[in-house]
Amino acid sequence: MKIHEYQGKEILREFGVPTPRGVACFSVEEAVAAAQRLGGKVWVVKAQIHAGGRGKGGGVKVAKSLDEVQQFAGQILGMQLVTHQTGPEGQKVRRLLIEEGAQIAREFYLGMVVDRGAQRVALLASSEGGMEIEEVAKHSPEKIHTVRIDPVAGLTDSDAAHVARAIGIPDAANADAVKVLQGLYRAFVEKDAMLAEINPLVLTADNRVLALDAKFNFDSNALYRHPEIVAYRDLEEEDPAEIEASKFDLSYIQLDGDIGCLVNGAGLAMATMDIIKLYGGSPANFLDVGGGASKEKVTEAFKLMLKNPHLKAILVNIFGGIMKCDVIAEGVVAAAREVSLSVPLVVRLEGTNVDVGKKILAESGLPIISASDMADAAQKVVAAAKG
Amino acid sequence: MSILINKDTKVITQGMTGKVGQFHTQQCKSYANGVNCFVAGVNPKKAGEEFEGIPVYASVRDAKQATGATVSVIYVPPAGAAAAIDEAVEAELDLVICITEGIPVHDMLKTRFRMQGKKTLLIGPNCPGLITPDEIKIGIMPGHIHKKGRIGVVSRSGTLTYEAVGQLTALGYGQSSCVGIGGDPINGLKHIDVMKLFNDDPDTDAVIMVGEIGGSDEEECARWIKDNMQKPVVGFIAGVTAPEGKRMGHAGAIISGGQGGANEKLAVMEECGIHITRNPSEMGRVMQKVLKG
Repeated sequence: MKIHEYQGKEILREFGVPTPRGVACFSVEEAVAAAQRLGGKVWVVKAQIHAGGRGKGGGVKVAKSLDEVQQFAGQILGMQLVTHQTGPEGQKVRRLLIEEGAQIAREFYLGMVVDRGAQRVALLASSEGGMEIEEVAKHSPEKIHTVRIDPVAGLTDSDAAHVARAIGIPDAANADAVKVLQGLYRAFVEKDAMLAEINPLVLTADNRVLALDAKFNFDSNALYRHPEIVAYRDLEEEDPAEIEASKFDLSYIQLDGDIGCLVNGAGLAMATMDIIKLYGGSPANFLDVGGGASKEKVTEAFKLMLKNPHLKAILVNIFGGIMKCDVIAEGVVAAAREVSLSVPLVVRLEGTNVDVGKKILAESGLPIISASDMADAAQKVVAAAKG
Repeated sequence: MSILINKDTKVITQGMTGKVGQFHTQQCKSYANGVNCFVAGVNPKKAGEEFEGIPVYASVRDAKQATGATVSVIYVPPAGAAAAIDEAVEAELDLVICITEGIPVHDMLKTRFRMQGKKTLLIGPNCPGLITPDEIKIGIMPGHIHKKGRIGVVSRSGTLTYEAVGQLTALGYGQSSCVGIGGDPINGLKHIDVMKLFNDDPDTDAVIMVGEIGGSDEEECARWIKDNMQKPVVGFIAGVTAPEGKRMGHAGAIISGGQGGANEKLAVMEECGIHITRNPSEMGRVMQKVLKG
């Protein structure tokens, strides 16, 4: 689960990581009032959306007067902000962060991830702040310093001090940098994060270390023990179809093709998308109904797919294990009736009670195209979509 | 022969008395020699009781002492599942199979750290389990699609494992053992560990290896195969068409050396002599072609 920058900074401050002072705002008036309250002569007006690359897209502006705060807040609030992470249609800006300006001497990168190979939390740090870490990794990987952290000892003083020196933080600020690194690590572990980034971490003209940005992604499997993180959830930043899907415990990702897929199991769902592509079609979605798909779940899955205006055909691919094929077939028939299916439907069933399942489909009177295996199903659905 | 488990394996079920545990314990017990294999359950509140004639003990240690079991299977809900693995490791079992899906990643990081230097092997979490056809089934896979034979199957995905097994069985090829290693980022045995076991198993002639996007386990396994494997391997990777990974995937891939995409994985596997297919419907037929030379 992702959160906004201003929320991430609240978490960082809780763990002793200094950030500029700032206020989250939902209107231009609030923005101007916030700037007045913060005082000073320079403010940063920052769009709050769940995507990176906001500065390049025109979502971050430096204001040198209250008039400019008003002007920039007016421009940014409500805009469709397009970044490399939002897709071409962009994301509507509904919240702003108004922050005091900082005198930046140097910029650094800090990141924390779960390293699946080493089975440890890994700290990534670089002297190349403000840049995409992927770019740094491609062009100058030697500038990325990595520490794989022992979960019992935590991020030690000596490791943290060493990394701070390695990326070029001056000795005068080393102790503060150690606090930042250790605070970030503690936040990462205690809040069950999967990804945390401070990019940039800045060194000010007077040798203070400040987190100028904050990005977090949390483990959705651990949210049950973090009501404070769940409270940060902003549904307006999430895809409506995916929110709808999550209500029914369906795993759904919208794609740009025209063949809907309904599959049990994530691996088989991906493989189904692959085989559609292999036979010249294009999947409209990833949809895993999971191990215990009921009639209700299948019906909701159909409704979700049919909301997509590009949809031209649907492929149901089920390998019934514990879940029996006759139960699935009944679900498919009931769902197709309930939603008055308007596109061709290809069904491939395999596994427990497959013969009963196929009989139910055949006797339903519905125009269901039956397929014998995955390849047959993919060819039939691609042909149907081209119809 | 087979790998890891056979008809003589004695199994403890952790989480046997829950709804999921009850259902799958019944299924496993009624498969092949299951009635003699599933000898104990664990639930501190129900010690002394029985389920389906299987005695319930207060702890894994008690269950091991009373029955001589060496393997456990875990259906405990996510919040307590990592602790259940810890308990099995502390009791020095040989093998733990964790079926539970949805364990917090940080819990698994701590559990894997505690497992360092211990003898216990872990399969999963978030996996279908493993089966040696006609001998023993430990997990949630449908037993009847399997057939006893000489092909090994190792996979990160549940239903895609069934797909591979179904194709083999339909073509008349049985399986020595089938292992679902699970889809979680922090898990126990990897492709490479299971591949080594299949290589050493005199009753396995060839292996189907099914992977998916993310991490670099398949590449590591492929490189080992190139230098060591004495049996043919057929490979498939799911996710060629998966949308560009999120930032986390990229950052993770940076650490592991810029890998993780399906095409990159397939390229490395092909270079290492694995018979790859991009068609998930062809895994069985590619194996048939390889075996018939």
